[in-house]
Amino acid sequence: MLARMMRNTPAAKASRRGFLLGSAAVSGALVIGFRPSAGSAQSATAPAEAALTPYIRIGADNRVTIAAAHMEMGQGIYHGTATLVNEELRADWSQIDVVGGANNPKAFGNLMWGGAIQGTGGSTGLASSYDRYRKAGAAARLMLVQAAASDWKVPAAEITVERGIVRHGSKQATFGALASKAAALPIPANVPLRDPKDWIYIGKDRDVLGKLDSRAKSTGAQVFTIDVKLPGLLTAVMIHPPLFGATVKSFDAAKAKAMPGVVDVVQVPRGIAVVADNMWHALKAREAVTVAWDDSRAEKRSSAELMASYRETAMKPGGANAVTAGNVDAAFKGAAKVLEATFEFPYLAHAALEPLNAVARIGNGRVEVWGGHQMPDIYQAIAAQVAGVTPDRVTMHVMKTGGGFGRRAVADGDIIQEAVSVSRALGGRPVKVQWDRENDMRGGRYRPAYVHYLKAGLDKEGNVVAWYNHIVGQSIMTGTPFEAGYVKNGVDPTSTEGAHKLPYAFPAMKVDLTTAKVGVPVLWWRAVGSTHTAYAVEAFIDELAEAAGKDPIQFRLAMMKDSPRHVGVLRLAAEKAGWGQPLSAGRFRGVALAESFNTFVAQIAEVSLENGQPRVHRVICAIDCGIAVNPDNIRAQVEGGVGFGLGAVLKSQLTLDGGKVVQGNFDGYEVLRIDEMPQVEVHIVPSAQAPTGVGEPGVPPIGPAVANAFYQASKRRVRILPFNRPENA
Amino acid sequence: MIRFTLNGRAQEANVEADMPLLWAIRDVIGLTGTRFGCGQALCGACTVWIDGQPTRSCQTTMADVAGKAVTTIEGVSGRVTEAVQKAWVDLDVPQCGYCQSGQVMAAIALLESNRKPTDNDIDAALSGNICRCATYQRIRSAVHQAARSLA
Repeated sequence: MLARMMRNTPAAKASRRGFLLGSAAVSGALVIGFRPSAGSAQSATAPAEAALTPYIRIGADNRVTIAAAHMEMGQGIYHGTATLVNEELRADWSQIDVVGGANNPKAFGNLMWGGAIQGTGGSTGLASSYDRYRKAGAAARLMLVQAAASDWKVPAAEITVERGIVRHGSKQATFGALASKAAALPIPANVPLRDPKDWIYIGKDRDVLGKLDSRAKSTGAQVFTIDVKLPGLLTAVMIHPPLFGATVKSFDAAKAKAMPGVVDVVQVPRGIAVVADNMWHALKAREAVTVAWDDSRAEKRSSAELMASYRETAMKPGGANAVTAGNVDAAFKGAAKVLEATFEFPYLAHAALEPLNAVARIGNGRVEVWGGHQMPDIYQAIAAQVAGVTPDRVTMHVMKTGGGFGRRAVADGDIIQEAVSVSRALGGRPVKVQWDRENDMRGGRYRPAYVHYLKAGLDKEGNVVAWYNHIVGQSIMTGTPFEAGYVKNGVDPTSTEGAHKLPYAFPAMKVDLTTAKVGVPVLWWRAVGSTHTAYAVEAFIDELAEAAGKDPIQFRLAMMKDSPRHVGVLRLAAEKAGWGQPLSAGRFRGVALAESFNTFVAQIAEVSLENGQPRVHRVICAIDCGIAVNPDNIRAQVEGGVGFGLGAVLKSQLTLDGGKVVQGNFDGYEVLRIDEMPQVEVHIVPSAQAPTGVGEPGVPPIGPAVANAFYQASKRRVRILPFNRPENA
Repeated sequence: MIRFTLNGRAQEANVEADMPLLWAIRDVIGLTGTRFGCGQALCGACTVWIDGQPTRSCQTTMADVAGKAVTTIEGVSGRVTEAVQKAWVDLDVPQCGYCQSGQVMAAIALLESNRKPTDNDIDAALSGNICRCATYQRIRSAVHQAARSLA
């Protein structure tokens, strides 16, 4: 089931970009949604309400409820979706609510992934929603206007819609007052979209449209998965194997079961669940459970051992070839100077502040699952399988989540499996499985550790004539349903993205990948492959510029004749940073550039030295993400991306000792805090191109920009991350 | 039975003395604005005030709060609170929003004692509050904006 859904994904590209709109009257509300019946787009037949999956519901109470196709984890996609709808609809901003849509991949499928499954990731949310939600908003407005026109017996073309009021001369009506009449009309056959010159919301700032959830998130009122309340809701905490790949041999819960509030202790496929009336009782009882583990098939290597073997592999030729251009061997032979460097990247945890959780309930043959459903159709199939029902019996409730950074997009739906299997073991009772920080930190699914070996040849004039990059590390997609569609000739593109296609015109270039087989589960981590490839490439480019005796920006520009958008952001960042102009004493600059998820970002970091480590004072960013739908959200995402990436390169690492994860909480796994946050300035390149993502692309350049600035300050190249590793002292 | 004051009202909780305040207010009393992040007083998501002082509720037992006044994000009010929350909204500080209850509790407490905090004062008062979305720059700006509006 799952494999079949995934196999459809890459092949289905673009063919499903068109979609069918329908409308229905549902208890006095106008509902615009996805209409499943076949036929020409936007057919005039109103379908039965049950068959319609709503995008927009306009109630008699004058509320406009938008069902978003992408889950909200802080990236601002609910805000973006509402902006797209309302550019066409023109409701008053205060009458809009956004909820998470789910349970129908045909309606909510991610169009950037081919449309077959719903999912959030790869910074695709806005691009996938761009036409879908503007069309839905436009259809709703046309129907409201038509209802008013018939009512008032005036031409529809003379009616205006502004801030939730439909008006003609002295006549006016709210959306709510027109909703049921509008719902009785056929949906228009033709739904034209506004000309960009008439936009009043897209591209406008916070003073026009503040985020709808900022207040709830500043007053504690926002409800996350951890806050879900249901009658009789129980809380379960997990005991996971101490080694990846270990399994339960036996366990003794007699003592725990006798403790206050404990309902049961049950074995489920992923471990042992201690179920109680509240979190504290569950946590306390967990201490009293003893488990014997079978670790005969577990991963027992240490991270130091893994890195040593990666290093050795990386220095030798081999692996699968990701790209070859020109005659690399000949180009190296003819080079005047050859440079080499090896970079090491640790495992990284997502460490979202809301530890992983999900709520499940089974009853009357139906299953409900609340959670941060980043891939709801896949999780629905998993929940169905675990509960022993068909997927149509499973309802997914999409919650906003306390961060994600990729952690909630897991092909095997780890937390979903746990919640549904624990509920099933308890006869369907509602249960929240809540990981504690240590479960979360030690639960695997890390950004894989990698080693990059890089070698480049320069000619007498300092031009790059040859480039070689050997990447060694685990594959994220291998062994998941994504493998069939994406991994080709032994190359997982998420291992090499940011390295196999560069903006620089090298006459000869080769990138190889050796995929390591390790029993540590790995996953996409905000900006995925570019979190390491951009560092290796851009730090090495800085070394080459120095060897060539050239300014690092001029050095890059000279190689980017065919990369205008890269050039655009690099020039803008340089201009805004005053590149080439003197800095105050003790301050040094470094630059880096990266394209990820079709968005282009250049960053210039200003650092000084403090106890041998970089202190980052200011980061100037330029971003080209096509049409800037929500400029302030773009700034926010780049500010946050800089902070997220900076914390990781300065001090985050997940290490293994004999296969056991060493770090368990924020004392061992350090992340950026407010006193280390630089001033971040974000400059957006004006563009008329279709919008691309902003959630991830702010992350990749910060590491190398800081490394390159740190080199200017210290004459030390940091090639082993994080910066605070003893090797760098 | 543990008796204390919660958000200005007398509160009784029939819980064990070693239960952390965090789980009592979330799971027993039902106020969920105070968030669980680490359980070890390392992240600040569970910040409440005890007798006006910002405190990590995950490392405070119910025995510790007997007879004391506990204030959660649901119970804050007054000029400083309004100024802080307005600045948070005006600048769209939150991204995921999960840490922001703790950030707001720490920020209000800072402004209650220091009406004109510098960047360093803000960093010192809030460095125990992790924001994984790294909204730190806007948090600083919002504290300054709130301070200006209170001047």
